[in-house]
Amino acid sequence: MIVADRKKIPEIRDMIRGHRRVLLVGCGTCVTVCLAGGEREVGILGSALRMALRLAGNSETVVDECTIERQCEDAFVDLLAQRTAEGGYDAICSLGCGAGVQALAERFPAMPIYPGLNTQFIGVLQSQGVWTEKCAGCGNCRLGEFAAVCPITRCAKRLLNGPCGSSRDGKCEISQDLDCAWQLIYDRARALGILDRFDAIVPPHDWSTGLDGGPRKVVREDQCIAGMGPKA
Amino acid sequence: MTDEPLILAFCCHYCAYAAADLAGSMRLQYPANVRVLRLPCTGKIEVNYLLGAFERGADGVIVAGCLEGGCHYLEGNLRARRRVERARQLLAEIGLQPERLEMFNLSSAEGPRFAEIVTTMVERLKRLGPSPLRPDPAQKPLDCIQGLPAQEIGSPPADPALQGACAGHTCSGDKR
Repeated sequence: MIVADRKKIPEIRDMIRGHRRVLLVGCGTCVTVCLAGGEREVGILGSALRMALRLAGNSETVVDECTIERQCEDAFVDLLAQRTAEGGYDAICSLGCGAGVQALAERFPAMPIYPGLNTQFIGVLQSQGVWTEKCAGCGNCRLGEFAAVCPITRCAKRLLNGPCGSSRDGKCEISQDLDCAWQLIYDRARALGILDRFDAIVPPHDWSTGLDGGPRKVVREDQCIAGMGPKA
Repeated sequence: MTDEPLILAFCCHYCAYAAADLAGSMRLQYPANVRVLRLPCTGKIEVNYLLGAFERGADGVIVAGCLEGGCHYLEGNLRARRRVERARQLLAEIGLQPERLEMFNLSSAEGPRFAEIVTTMVERLKRLGPSPLRPDPAQKPLDCIQGLPAQEIGSPPADPALQGACAGHTCSGDKR
């Protein structure tokens, strides 16, 4: 899932300060699961923002709340159109990920849209309240070569031929809290009996599938609506 | 009355609420500034309940749960403490003194301690002054929080023996 965390209240307050009516919009998908931008968090932020605005002498700004199932799909974003029109809102603060913020901006071209979250990474729930990064979305997955532990995401140096000389007792040199990715790769490969795969040097990664080529697009022609082609 | 701080106390049915009841049965004197709101367990507390109280003008909020290790639901009070800490961090971000919110642990037999907690909080809130979020300084503080969503807080146990103010005994909840 996409993992995010909330911006500080003063930062959000200052973004929306000049507006008269602001709608906080939560997202019921990834950011709900990572406890950053779901219905409950929208309620908490709404209450906190109203208080912060009043304490800053801006008690006339109205902050309302709603949450939609998914901000990154037009079918769900469309459900906001009536609410924003009837409510007379002059700004939206999105508690979706960066994709959600931009999806709202495309759907409502005349409406200022502000981010309430800092989108962090693609990751997993490691333990209750702790999320860790697992995937860099490089567009060329090679987990099969590395015993299903991603060195691009989880090695601080992104080494494909690790470990480096600073791996100590299974930990990375940058933090004693961070496992050395190559220690994890080695341990898992040994358990799987595939250590011989690392006899050969791994060639450089093909980064042309990554963000270096500009924003990416995935097209499934068989799923596109006939006659309309892939959406620009 | 308007100069007096208003405190909302979220009290666990099994301990703090019974302790408050005991304080009354013992005829203990404590400030009349507190409004008790009973929960089945402090684990029912959500951060937005706490913020909601301050948003509606409460000067202070008490969360009172069982002694650590004594929760009837095992760890509801421990979870409540973390949520209270989270709410205090948010209050600091907002610009409201986090000292206005405090969690206490006590048993159902500690009526005098309940009175002491309320007295302590009232003294603290008098030092801090009225909440700047009171809608109207001339308004009675009680009026400010009448809009609290009490029906969302949770219902007390259905057992008739556990209903009401369990007057005359230390903790009816312990019968369970």
